[in-house]
Amino acid sequence: MTTAAMSASGSVPRARGSIPRTIYIVWWRDVIRFWRDRARLLASLAQPLLYLVIFGSGLSSALGGGLGAAGGVSYTQFIYPGVISMSVLFSAIFGGMSIVWDREFGFMKELLVAPISRSAVAIGKTLGSATQSLVQGVILLVLAPFVGVTFTVATFLELLGLMVVLAFGLSAFGVAIASRMKSMQGFQVVMNFLMMPMFFLSGALFPLVGLPLWMTVLTRLDPASYGIDPIRRTILGQAAERTAMTIGDQIVPIGIEALIVLAFGLAMLAFAARSFQHRD
Amino acid sequence: MTQAPVVEVRGLQKRYGDIEAVRGIDLSVQPGEIFGFLGPNGAGKTTTISILCTLVRKTAGDALVAGIDVDKDPSGVRARIGLVFQDPSLDAQLTGRENLELHGQIYGVPSALRKRRIAELLEVVELTDRADSKVMTYSGGMKRRLEIARGVLHHPQVLFLDEPTLGLDPQTRKHIWEYLHAMRKREGITLFMTTHYMDEAEYCDRIAISDKGQIAALGTPGELKSKVGGDVITVTVADPRAAAAEIAQRFAMTPLMDDGSLRLEVPDGAAFLPRLVRELSVPVDTVSLRRPSLDDVFLKLTGHAIRAEGGSQLDGMRNMARMFGGGGRR
Repeated sequence: MTTAAMSASGSVPRARGSIPRTIYIVWWRDVIRFWRDRARLLASLAQPLLYLVIFGSGLSSALGGGLGAAGGVSYTQFIYPGVISMSVLFSAIFGGMSIVWDREFGFMKELLVAPISRSAVAIGKTLGSATQSLVQGVILLVLAPFVGVTFTVATFLELLGLMVVLAFGLSAFGVAIASRMKSMQGFQVVMNFLMMPMFFLSGALFPLVGLPLWMTVLTRLDPASYGIDPIRRTILGQAAERTAMTIGDQIVPIGIEALIVLAFGLAMLAFAARSFQHRD
Repeated sequence: MTQAPVVEVRGLQKRYGDIEAVRGIDLSVQPGEIFGFLGPNGAGKTTTISILCTLVRKTAGDALVAGIDVDKDPSGVRARIGLVFQDPSLDAQLTGRENLELHGQIYGVPSALRKRRIAELLEVVELTDRADSKVMTYSGGMKRRLEIARGVLHHPQVLFLDEPTLGLDPQTRKHIWEYLHAMRKREGITLFMTTHYMDEAEYCDRIAISDKGQIAALGTPGELKSKVGGDVITVTVADPRAAAAEIAQRFAMTPLMDDGSLRLEVPDGAAFLPRLVRELSVPVDTVSLRRPSLDDVFLKLTGHAIRAEGGSQLDGMRNMARMFGGGGRR
């Protein structure tokens, strides 16, 4: 305490929010809001279902009932893991980006003037957004029997772990974008130049093999690719190995892919935490 | 022994690129005071308050809050201040009580004290019956009251309020002031607030009138009003230009032209008014006589009336927020 602080009309040094508690508070707030707004949760499942039922069935017929390269996997089955990942991807990035609005007209502003660690706020927000998108992803797993996919409890747990990593990585990405955005005006730009390309290049809708070189390079630079591929390989098993992510003809092990996404998430989180410290 | 000021600002400056938002402000606020910072949009009010609340970094000068330098120990300042923003910063999905509860947790108010304090403050702002409804169901005035209660929950030394009555109807504005006075009495807290409603400055102990990033005058509302020489007479005439010339010639005064009407400051308005109407050859449409208001002080000091100025990017977002019911979509 400085001498100046001592002179401040008899104030006692206050207990300031500890870092774990701040993370918990920020996370808890997101979870409570998510739970209260169950209508939105149901609505958010509509888009993945449209992809799966209409886009999937339509393209399956066009492709002649099967995806040649995938050997025995129907197109609907092929995009099923992609659609789950898409749902996680969009809700994670949107969740993180909601900070922009929240900072000007919401509770985030209250958090940013509080005597708490802003890095903890960034972490809490990332975890909150990740939790929401994870729940959406898990709900979509329930649809597995309808697309003719079955898996064991062990597979389910493995999927859960992979989805946690994907949800975390992309939420951190959303928070990182939000930490540098001043208003929602840039939102369309982010949507069209970051999120949509990220989604299309991620392998959610088509296999990332046998593509033109330029596209192969872009898909390998897309962090979402490393999140979606292991989820597909885990859900579809051996049948998906032929469409698995390769770098220089080598299939990338699932563990490595998960580590790439995790590292991406941590890097984004570090960036976001740093940006949050900034004052004009 | 005089008490140390709660807010002390010397030579404060803030530049954004080429734009000088604050151009050398000096002021000090005593404990327990209600200090009003007045001026039109673009006068540097929000920038000043943002610097004092550690949200924006100053370019030059000194700023101390509760004796702490805002740049050296922002976290120390944050722990000792409360803040009510221009735009609501409540979580609309949560109830009023939950919003207060979260605030108490963030500021590390111990659990038992937190519960007691929340109950007391809800009582003061008369929101006890609605405490367990979601904030999205509250009116604009109720949200403001809840924010005021939240702002003082952690026993801050100063409560900063940025345009706390903006967008509220006159009756609600009056009520908000009653709650603020009640809070000051109860908590012994210092209030530092900005407003562009001149009439609200009457509720303050002292006010600083700011214009274009500088302080044009500082004092009690009475002191400032005495700067205007006596009474204010406003005349509307068919030909203001001719009338102004005639008044200048006949009465040796220069009237201020404002929106096609003429303003005159005279020591004894009641005696002067009949003479003016009788002797002026230009036909008079309307005339009014009144005691000076703070609007007159502002006009005299700056040569222009308080008016809202152009919209910023933030105003665009703000309009969007209003469209969605005061940002209730959050």
